[in-house]
Amino acid sequence: MSLRDKFAAGKFVVTSELGPPKGVDVAAMLEEGERLKSRVDALNVTDQQSAVMRLGSLAVCRLLVERGIEPIFQLTCRDRNRIALQSDLLSAYALGIENVLCLTGDHVVMGDHLDAKPVFDLDSVSLLQAAMLLQNGHDLAGKELSGVPKFFLGAVVTPGAEPLEPQIIKLEKKVKAGAQFIQTQAVYEPQKLEEFMKMVAHLHVPIMVGIVLLKSAGMARFMNRNVAGVHVPEHLIEEMDNAPNRVKKSIEIAARLIREMKDMCQGVHIMPIGWEKHVPAVLDSAGL
Amino acid sequence: MLVSQQKPFEEILGYLEGEGKVFLVGCNGCAEACHTGGRAQVLEMKAKLEAAGKQITGLTVLDFLCDKALVKVGLMPYERQIREADSMLVMTCGVGVQAVAASVNKATHPACNTISMGGARGEWRGAERCAECGDCLLHYTGGICPLTACSKGLINGQCGGSKNRKCEVEPTVRDCGWVLIYERLKAIGRLDKMRQTIPPKAYGKMQPPPAYRSTTFWALEQEETKKEGSA
Repeated sequence: MSLRDKFAAGKFVVTSELGPPKGVDVAAMLEEGERLKSRVDALNVTDQQSAVMRLGSLAVCRLLVERGIEPIFQLTCRDRNRIALQSDLLSAYALGIENVLCLTGDHVVMGDHLDAKPVFDLDSVSLLQAAMLLQNGHDLAGKELSGVPKFFLGAVVTPGAEPLEPQIIKLEKKVKAGAQFIQTQAVYEPQKLEEFMKMVAHLHVPIMVGIVLLKSAGMARFMNRNVAGVHVPEHLIEEMDNAPNRVKKSIEIAARLIREMKDMCQGVHIMPIGWEKHVPAVLDSAGL
Repeated sequence: MLVSQQKPFEEILGYLEGEGKVFLVGCNGCAEACHTGGRAQVLEMKAKLEAAGKQITGLTVLDFLCDKALVKVGLMPYERQIREADSMLVMTCGVGVQAVAASVNKATHPACNTISMGGARGEWRGAERCAECGDCLLHYTGGICPLTACSKGLINGQCGGSKNRKCEVEPTVRDCGWVLIYERLKAIGRLDKMRQTIPPKAYGKMQPPPAYRSTTFWALEQEETKKEGSA
């Protein structure tokens, strides 16, 4: 059953993510993939996340397909113009990859090639539109395709953004443009997700709540200071601070959050940030 | 020279949909030289809009619309006519449109596309405001340019990198351009504009063909080059 079918069947969908290495040594990453294979419905493959140059998302997605793991191809507008974006969409389909998460992408100054030219020829909305056009047999220039791809398109949203309304307006545009599932930025306050879900109920699109595993109180404080749209409440930071075993506590918190938010949304997307090996324990503890 | 070109009249009429009363603004600087927003073009626009059923509550042609300080003072005598109007139609470069939008609490529409700044940035200094994209979007964005105000030049709304109203690219100094646009549109009751999806920009228009530049110093320089070549 594909990701598309699982959403259609009303299953609570679980995804996590793999970050390709800087280099070509894929063994460790694929090992993490194998470990998660039986526990998740699909794995996102990040596209040079935080604008750090790495092995490509498309190649890793194909490696996952070959191992029977369903990938979600993350595709950003930062490094490719509309020609390359459309071409990569066609390439993905030709390589057996149907799920594409369409993203704007972090600015190059967040990464390790500060002097790179940021592209942003398209944005996340027009990238979704481009993918829909391709599915309907034409490209952005109106030219006809020989052989038509089919995609299951995803997009992202930040429920903790302040102000929130611009995010909701953009999400409406993304859904109108063709987004069929949504993954959110990390949410640590179930009440915030509940309020957010009420505001987007009219969109009738499956939404997967994002969970970033807290590795330490310091990491939580860092995210609060630096990561847009992420807020870890003080009581969770204290819990982490006072925990004799950080890993155990982190798993406990993530599982508790999932249990509390499970009935509000249609799935969970776990971003382990290096702690991929603890994802099965989180899912066990959350009863998934 | 900030080179502008009038938008097609139908596009301008589209901007003014649902707005019966309009105040017109032109400029005695570059827009006059480009024949896009001098007094003659402003009067012509008035006649065309009136023929299309619009009421022009007033008009003015100021010197240096690209200087925000002058714009504020220049518009003061027209306070009543501006208050009466549903919106402003500005027949200049993108800097002029943004200077008017920043001075008046009304929807402000561009009547022109800015196709080249010709080496100048206008007199409202302190920030780059117009990207001379040749296909002005200020109508949709409350008179704040998304290409220059957003660090990624996004045209369909903010990304996930907006924190405390700032852009994560330069969190101490740079406002999130889309929060500014959102707040402005909300203040003038035009959030519906933000809900419209803008198609991919025609970046080809950023490289205007020589014919569009030939009304400017560019033409003079070409002449000089020719003379030097033949001498």
